[in-house]
Amino acid sequence: MAKDSNDHMEAEIVEAGGHCTLEELCVACNVEADWVADLVAHGALEPSGCGRAEWRFRSLTIASVAKAKRLERDLGLNTPGIALALELLDEIEALRARLRIYEDRRG
Amino acid sequence: MQCVPRGLCERMDFKDYYKALGVERTASQDEIKRVYRKLARQFHPDINKEPGAEERFKEIGEAYEVLGDPEKRAAYDDVGRGFSQGQEFRPPPDWDAGFEFSGAPPGGEAHDFSEFFETLFRGARRAQGQRGTAEFHARGSDHHARIYIDLRDAYQGGRRKITLRVPEIDEGGHVRVRERSLNVDIPKGLEEGQSIRLKGQGSPGLGRLPAGDLYLEVFYAPDPVFRLSGKDVHFDLPVTPWEAALGAEIKVPTPSGAIMLKVPAGSYQGRELRIKGRGLPAKVPGDLYAVLQIALPPADTAEAEDIYREMERKLAFNPRAKLGV
Repeated sequence: MAKDSNDHMEAEIVEAGGHCTLEELCVACNVEADWVADLVAHGALEPSGCGRAEWRFRSLTIASVAKAKRLERDLGLNTPGIALALELLDEIEALRARLRIYEDRRG
Repeated sequence: MQCVPRGLCERMDFKDYYKALGVERTASQDEIKRVYRKLARQFHPDINKEPGAEERFKEIGEAYEVLGDPEKRAAYDDVGRGFSQGQEFRPPPDWDAGFEFSGAPPGGEAHDFSEFFETLFRGARRAQGQRGTAEFHARGSDHHARIYIDLRDAYQGGRRKITLRVPEIDEGGHVRVRERSLNVDIPKGLEEGQSIRLKGQGSPGLGRLPAGDLYLEVFYAPDPVFRLSGKDVHFDLPVTPWEAALGAEIKVPTPSGAIMLKVPAGSYQGRELRIKGRGLPAKVPGDLYAVLQIALPPADTAEAEDIYREMERKLAFNPRAKLGV
C-alpha cells in the first residue's frame, strides 16, 4: 500500500475525453482482454469502433467491468449471467431513482 | 475490526460458522454450497444496497471458506467442539498438525476475514506454500473504491478529505483493516458513476516498478432539492396559478447560486423549463430543468373564497374534459 499523504493530491478524471482503449480498460481493472471481449460478445459492454484494436469504451465502463469481475469471483456467474445481472442492476437503479422522485413529491 | 497481530490480542471470540449460514452441523456439503450461493446472491454488496449487507456478505463468505472445504470443515469441527458463538476462544497449540490444507482461496485474493479465521487458517495456508496464487505483478496493482460527494462539489470542484477502509496483509500474513485519509482535489463536472484516478496510490510496485493507481468511483449524495440524471439536473419549482397562467420572472435556485427565470405565459403543471448549460459543468455542460409545480393558495379567508367563487362563475373550465365526463 502506498504511503499516506497529508498533502493534497490532484485527481484526474479517468480519460477526460470520456473514452479508453481495451488495453487501458484491462490495466485499470486487472482483467484479460479475452474476458472483456467475451462481455462485449454478450452485449454487456458496447464499445464504439470495429475490432479490438479500434474499440473505445466510455470511461464509466471501468466501474462496470470492476463490478462484473466481482460478480464472477463472488457469485460464480458466467458471462451471460454477468450480462443479465448488469442489465437488471441498471434497471433497478433507474427504477429506484424514479421511485425516490415520487416519494419526495408525496413527502 | 481488530488491528493487533496474532499473540497480542487480548480476546478472540469463537465464530459459529454453521450459525452464520443458518445450517445444521450435520448439513451435507451440497446443502452448504446451496445455502451459501443463495445468501451470497442476496447480500452481495453490488446487488444489495441496504446498510449491513456488506458485513453480512463477508461473514457468509468467511463461513463458506471453511465449511465449503471438507478439509477445513473437519479441522474446524474438531477444534471448535464445545464452543458457541461469541465465546472467548484460544486454539490449542499445534491444533492443525494433523491436517493438510491445499489450494488457494477462491479468486486467489486476500479477503477481509476475521482474526478468528486468520488464526486458524491463514497461517496454515502460508505454511503449505501458496500453490495457485503465484501471480507475478510487475507493476503494483490498482485499487478501486467508491466515494460519495455533494452535488455542489461537482459544480465548484475543490479539495475534499476522503477516508477509505483498506484491507492489507501484515508481516504475519494477517489481514487488517486500516483507515486511510486522502486530501483530494476533486475535478469539476464529474458524472455519477465516473471514475477518477489518483496516480501511485494503489499497491506499491515490485522492485523499481511504479505503484498502481487508486480508482475512485464517484457517486452523489442525495440532495434535498436537485436530482441528477446524467449531466442534467432537475428540480421542482413551485409557482402560483397566476405566475403559470400569466407568465412571470421569478427568482430560482441553482446549484451554483440563485438566478432570475422567466416563466412563459400559458405554463402548466409539470412543464419543464430548460436553463441551458446550468447542469453539471463539462466541456459540453448539462442543462438544468425547472419542473413547474402549481401551488394553490388556500381559500382560508372570505376574500380568497370570493376569488375562487368568481373563477367558478366566470371561467368555463373543465379539467376532466379528456376523461369524457
